[in-house]
Amino acid sequence: MKKNFGAYLVFVICAIVFTPGAFNAQQNKPWEKIPVPRLHAFNPHQPQRIELKNGIVIFLQEDHELPFVSGSVTIPGGARDEDPAKAGLVGLYGQAWRTSGAKLNGDALDDLLEAKAAHIETGGDVDSTAVSWDSLKGDSDQVLSLALDLLFHPNFSAEKLELAQQQAATGIVRRNDDEAEIAGRESAKLVYGPNSPYTRQPELATIGAVTVDDLKAWHDQTIGGKLIVSISGDFDPAAMEAKLRAAFEPLPAVKITPSRHDDFAGPKPGVFFIDKEDVNQSNVEIVGLGTDRRNPDVPALAVMNEILGGSFASRLFQKIRTEKGLAYAVGGGYGYAWDHPGEFRVMVLTKSASTVEATNAALAEIDGLTNRPFTDEELARAKDNILNSFLFRYDTREKVLAERVRLEFYGYPADYLETYRAALEKVTVPDLNAVAKKYIHPGKLAILVVGNGPEIKPSLEELKLGPAQKVDVTIPMPKQAAEQKQ
Amino acid sequence: MQSTRFPWIWKGVWALMLAALMLTGAHAQDLKSFEQRITTKVLPNGLTLIICERPEAPVFSYSTFVDAGDVNDPSGESGLAHMFEHLAFKGTSEIGTTDYSAEKIALEKVEAANNAYEAEYLKAVGRDEKKLAELKQKFIDAQTEAHKYVIPNQFTDVAERNGAEGLNAETGLDETKYFWSMPENRLELWAWLESGRLADVAPREFYKERDVVNEERRMSVDSNPIGRLVEQFVATAYVAHNYGRSHIGWPSEVQQITATEAMEFHKKYYVGSNIVIAVVGDVKASEALPVLERYFSKIPAGPKPEEMTTVEPKQFAEKTVAIREQTQPFYIEGYHRPDYHSPDDAVFDAIQDILSNGRVSRLYRSLVRDQQIAAEAAGFSPFPGEKYPSLFAFYAVPLPGHTPAQMRDAIHKEIEKLKTADVSDEELAMFKTRTRADLLRGLANNQGLANDLAEYQTRYGDWRELFLQLDKVDKVSKADIRRVTNEIFVSSNRTEAWIETEPAAAGKTAQQGGGAQ
Repeated sequence: MKKNFGAYLVFVICAIVFTPGAFNAQQNKPWEKIPVPRLHAFNPHQPQRIELKNGIVIFLQEDHELPFVSGSVTIPGGARDEDPAKAGLVGLYGQAWRTSGAKLNGDALDDLLEAKAAHIETGGDVDSTAVSWDSLKGDSDQVLSLALDLLFHPNFSAEKLELAQQQAATGIVRRNDDEAEIAGRESAKLVYGPNSPYTRQPELATIGAVTVDDLKAWHDQTIGGKLIVSISGDFDPAAMEAKLRAAFEPLPAVKITPSRHDDFAGPKPGVFFIDKEDVNQSNVEIVGLGTDRRNPDVPALAVMNEILGGSFASRLFQKIRTEKGLAYAVGGGYGYAWDHPGEFRVMVLTKSASTVEATNAALAEIDGLTNRPFTDEELARAKDNILNSFLFRYDTREKVLAERVRLEFYGYPADYLETYRAALEKVTVPDLNAVAKKYIHPGKLAILVVGNGPEIKPSLEELKLGPAQKVDVTIPMPKQAAEQKQ
Repeated sequence: MQSTRFPWIWKGVWALMLAALMLTGAHAQDLKSFEQRITTKVLPNGLTLIICERPEAPVFSYSTFVDAGDVNDPSGESGLAHMFEHLAFKGTSEIGTTDYSAEKIALEKVEAANNAYEAEYLKAVGRDEKKLAELKQKFIDAQTEAHKYVIPNQFTDVAERNGAEGLNAETGLDETKYFWSMPENRLELWAWLESGRLADVAPREFYKERDVVNEERRMSVDSNPIGRLVEQFVATAYVAHNYGRSHIGWPSEVQQITATEAMEFHKKYYVGSNIVIAVVGDVKASEALPVLERYFSKIPAGPKPEEMTTVEPKQFAEKTVAIREQTQPFYIEGYHRPDYHSPDDAVFDAIQDILSNGRVSRLYRSLVRDQQIAAEAAGFSPFPGEKYPSLFAFYAVPLPGHTPAQMRDAIHKEIEKLKTADVSDEELAMFKTRTRADLLRGLANNQGLANDLAEYQTRYGDWRELFLQLDKVDKVSKADIRRVTNEIFVSSNRTEAWIETEPAAAGKTAQQGGGAQ
């Protein structure tokens, strides 16, 4: 029930725009007279990287502040790689896996861990699965050995798969209850296509088709990939290295996962609509295809995002929230993912009656990227915002470790953050105007509105972008499930 | 108050204080040093500053904790504390304006225009629609005039350009919190910004911001099935105390809150004695305190606002709320419980932990694992606030094909077990171990630690209570759990609320719709 002011800035970094005229008047700026001393010297503590002969990589990050040890093993391969007829498999795998140790069954494992205030979790993501754990230092050997048991000797049970299927089914039948969930999901489908590996959704039929053998096959197929092991906390590095070598060195040479070659056509332009009768606010999503981080234009795009929708004083926030009072939640930017195109996404949540006005205001800001040239002031502000808060990306040893694991996983150089920062510093106004021209194509965007049809007046036709095409979000009910539901 | 931080630490501090136990090993030394790293100072205006030195990286986090929230909103003005919180991002007489003396006059005209409009609008008899339209236009014109002096978002602009991270605020029923993190070399700049907005906030752009807050309500309550259910649930559970009011505010009341009312709220509640500020990070108390003292001394002194007199009367009738709509079923129930000063506060924590914490919890094992009727089930407390007598609530999310009534019956069965049989030694030990470990885990986070220090200082008058709480946790017995369960979890003290799914009307499905004709 806590209310967050500005909690819905979408790309939370920061960017500020002075409105024209701000400098016309003589403003005494007392804050500029406050000294800003040199920042205390800081060398983020890098983890030790150990590459085994078989290609498995281990990171050890010591941190002796508190008596805990945590770790994880990341395995390449995730939901995007699963059989479309069994969509949801990786999610089910992630849930059922943790209860399938050979040494202890799931319930006994829970009893043991909870008594020690320790945790072992497994999970499945779009491109990877992982087992992770944490415990007090004194229990860390035992918890590590239980986690490794899950990794090397899983014993999937029908009972725990069924439990995971029930939970997944609950999520599926509830997925149209929350307007924001519908908007996020359906707009991504507009961008990538409904059957894309990035957006296909689990259905009752596809999760029902998953068997214990499927989970085993998935595990066997992925466990030979390039594992990344990371440990942080209060441990002795030599002893930990020895333990991990003993566990991982006997494994065969890793099989490098071939990279994917997916087609990304981007959305069909136009207006799309989903009616929801129990709401009084529209979720408007304006979406298109983004890029990936290897693109050398990403630093300039990041600065552009700052100016468009990154913070309290971004163009979107200033215009739609502060000046017009049309929304609490507004933001967006041109997205970039690590190894595939992200999404361009601008979202605004506004009362039904102002749907058209707010959509037009957001579209005007998107157009403005190409027809309202960026100013030196905007550039300076965006850079200040990004660069002065940059150290929050590595201000804890845990963050440094997580970043290194990420870079290793996606095959980026270990000094990526430094080179990225240096590239941000070099971004110029002509760079901004150039990337806006290159990547922002309002005519290629799709507009999705989820809202209360009869309340939306003026209607979406007033956008003058063609008829609003209805999106069917009916949840397919397999015969058996439908009967059970009655 | 649910305290779940700092277990071993507490052990350490307690042992040192009593000089009864000798803790050995490196961590015990760290724990000892932890208390030595905290400096507390009460300024002449009554404001309390807490500095905790944690030089892990050249950054700091702060938390400003104002002991006033929406529970303090006057009658007819629900949502006022939250509206003021939004105003506190709009700048001061020194920032966010091109000419404050001229802006001030223009803002006074906005208030006069709003008052004239509201007076006509609220006329029960003889409201003149033409005059109303004119007055509305005058009100809009006055805002346009005042806006000429505004530099929008300059306050947040300066903070963000100087590296502010996680800049935000939260208005609870009990308190209002402001917070962010920054590079350590901006400490003085932060002190200027924060002390300025606490002492000298300007009532600018208020009415546009009111529209923003109305959108916030639509998002979090009106257009969200669980938001709607919870608002009705709490409103039904309470008959007298302000905890029963809409947290974000009833729409008609929010729509009529004025800048003048927000400034009155500020004058009454934003006084030194009602504010605690905690700073955690790469900060040296010896150097920082004199600087902070200089800035934060400008916050007005004033009497600690009087506590409210309303006490929720004892419930004697079981109450229910049923929402029938085309969303999936959900169940929630609550029982009145005492406030955090109750000697049984930790007993409630124990009940919550044993029923709800993780996959070994009774509700998970019963409703989720064994009966397979729910996707989730848990109890939580205190709710919706903690400063005043609140609720111990339970909720469950039914699996497809299962009903709220099944959730209710299954929860009641677990509650009955607690009443009639002792919890096991293992369950009680697990609660105590996990509480300790969770508290300790929280120590490694500047922002979390700043929030906790400020909160405990406010609620108990001493941040050390953060650690001393563990003593109460250790003393919880099986008999306490049975006694409290039998006292509190009775039907006459209960409010139940649920959503049941109403089938779509014939010929119309939830996905079909009028759309944008």
